[in-house]
Amino acid sequence: MFDDFFIRALVAGIGIAFVAGPLGCFVVWRRLSYFGDTLAHSALLGVTIAYSLEFNIAVSIFLISSAIALILIQLQKKTNLPSDALLGLLAHSSLAVGLVVIGFLTFIRFDIMGLLFGDILAVNKKDLITIWVGGALILLVLRLIWKPLFASTVNYELAQAEGLNPDRAKAVFTVLLAAIIAISIKLVGVLLITGMLIIPTAMARNLSDNPKKMVIFAIIGGLLSVFIGLFSSLEFNTPSGPSIIAAALVLFIFSLLKVKQTIQLKN
Amino acid sequence: MGNNILVKLNNVGFQQNQKWLVQGVSLQVEKGKIVTLIGPNGSGKSTTAKIALGLFKNIEGQVEKFTNNIGYVPQKISIDWTLPLRVRDFMLLTDNLTEDVIDEALSLTGVINLKDKSLGNLSGGEFQRVLLARAISKKPELLVLDEPVQGVDFTGEIALYELIKEISEKLNCGILLISHDLHTVMSATDHVVCLNGHVCCSGSPKEVAKNSEYKALFGEQASQTLSIYEHKHDHVHANDGDIKKN
Repeated sequence: MFDDFFIRALVAGIGIAFVAGPLGCFVVWRRLSYFGDTLAHSALLGVTIAYSLEFNIAVSIFLISSAIALILIQLQKKTNLPSDALLGLLAHSSLAVGLVVIGFLTFIRFDIMGLLFGDILAVNKKDLITIWVGGALILLVLRLIWKPLFASTVNYELAQAEGLNPDRAKAVFTVLLAAIIAISIKLVGVLLITGMLIIPTAMARNLSDNPKKMVIFAIIGGLLSVFIGLFSSLEFNTPSGPSIIAAALVLFIFSLLKVKQTIQLKN
Repeated sequence: MGNNILVKLNNVGFQQNQKWLVQGVSLQVEKGKIVTLIGPNGSGKSTTAKIALGLFKNIEGQVEKFTNNIGYVPQKISIDWTLPLRVRDFMLLTDNLTEDVIDEALSLTGVINLKDKSLGNLSGGEFQRVLLARAISKKPELLVLDEPVQGVDFTGEIALYELIKEISEKLNCGILLISHDLHTVMSATDHVVCLNGHVCCSGSPKEVAKNSEYKALFGEQASQTLSIYEHKHDHVHANDGDIKKN
């Protein structure tokens, strides 16, 4: 019925939606959307390095994003600049350096649009294994650090005082963010991964009154966005990343109706 | 009796940006005992409590902790609207508790009816009771309460102090309590420490229940719950924090 490439993109998208839901919730709760953006921008540099050294793309992106996160922590300690300025500095400079390096690598043909916005045709069988195995690992580790991470999101000192380890949970979470960016870049693209993390989550916030519900709705929102986005990408020949994010936006707008209702009920 | 000590601070201090927040504090909390910290704003009460909890890395002096089963009610806690959280979710924050244990703690602080309410919709007094319920739910050996009666009216304050006393007796836990009031402390307090950057004076509270003037002022029940603490300072603080001996 459908071509193989489309089935592959669909299977990849489903895997990503399952991981993006819970991670996205923490990105929103901890106010890390711009941080996620910075990591994603640096992913382009990871791709170029992978190509020039003939290295595994996902691993390369993962390493570069983690390195950028470490550099950020150092800069935060050693400079007087506010965090958002440092994030902007790292995001745009790593994107720029990535693009400059691509300019030098004339012997390799790059699909820049595909890298930036995702390419439905680019997902191969190996990527599926990366997404599903990597995704399962991410969810497993998130499950293990859930308690300290969630408790410190609510109140850092309370979590620490009662014997949890918030610093370790935070560091591990940063690594998980780098990992989801690494596995989802082919389908969603560098510029739109953060959208995949936060837009279904924002929709879920409008529909839920407790954290568990919010995670479940974020996953459902992500799955719907992937389905709607990929089918319209196939139908209208649009890039896969923007189509998925646009679908997520439509779902978010629908969820606003619910918010309006609850506000009216309150009054 | 040495094994009854839960936490012991020995000449501890903490400085931030080259400024001492608190210095030279020694105190200990024992099982079943209540220690109350009092002092003006910015005197280092919360800092001292946080040192006892082990929240700071570079402190001066020694902290000896003999328990890891701790319940903490922080002074300030703000729940972001981005995080939907009901009281029942909040109760499970640092520990996996059974439904029965949660219900018991919420009943004890009188807020069982709020179990399914969203944390953001609670009043100040309700929120304090939920914070307290969460801290006691896991039956801690050491309870650190940072201004647990803030935002509660006078009658509620008396009721909460009575509740804290009941908890201390029931759980036989040690309590480190920070009071927002300079002169009145709860009667059940065993030891009062007055801070202003350092320990200004310490002692036990004075019985006021017998004093008819206080009875008239606070009412019969309140004067049994509250005690007066008479400061015995041998020095005064100048505006810049300098210490002058009397």
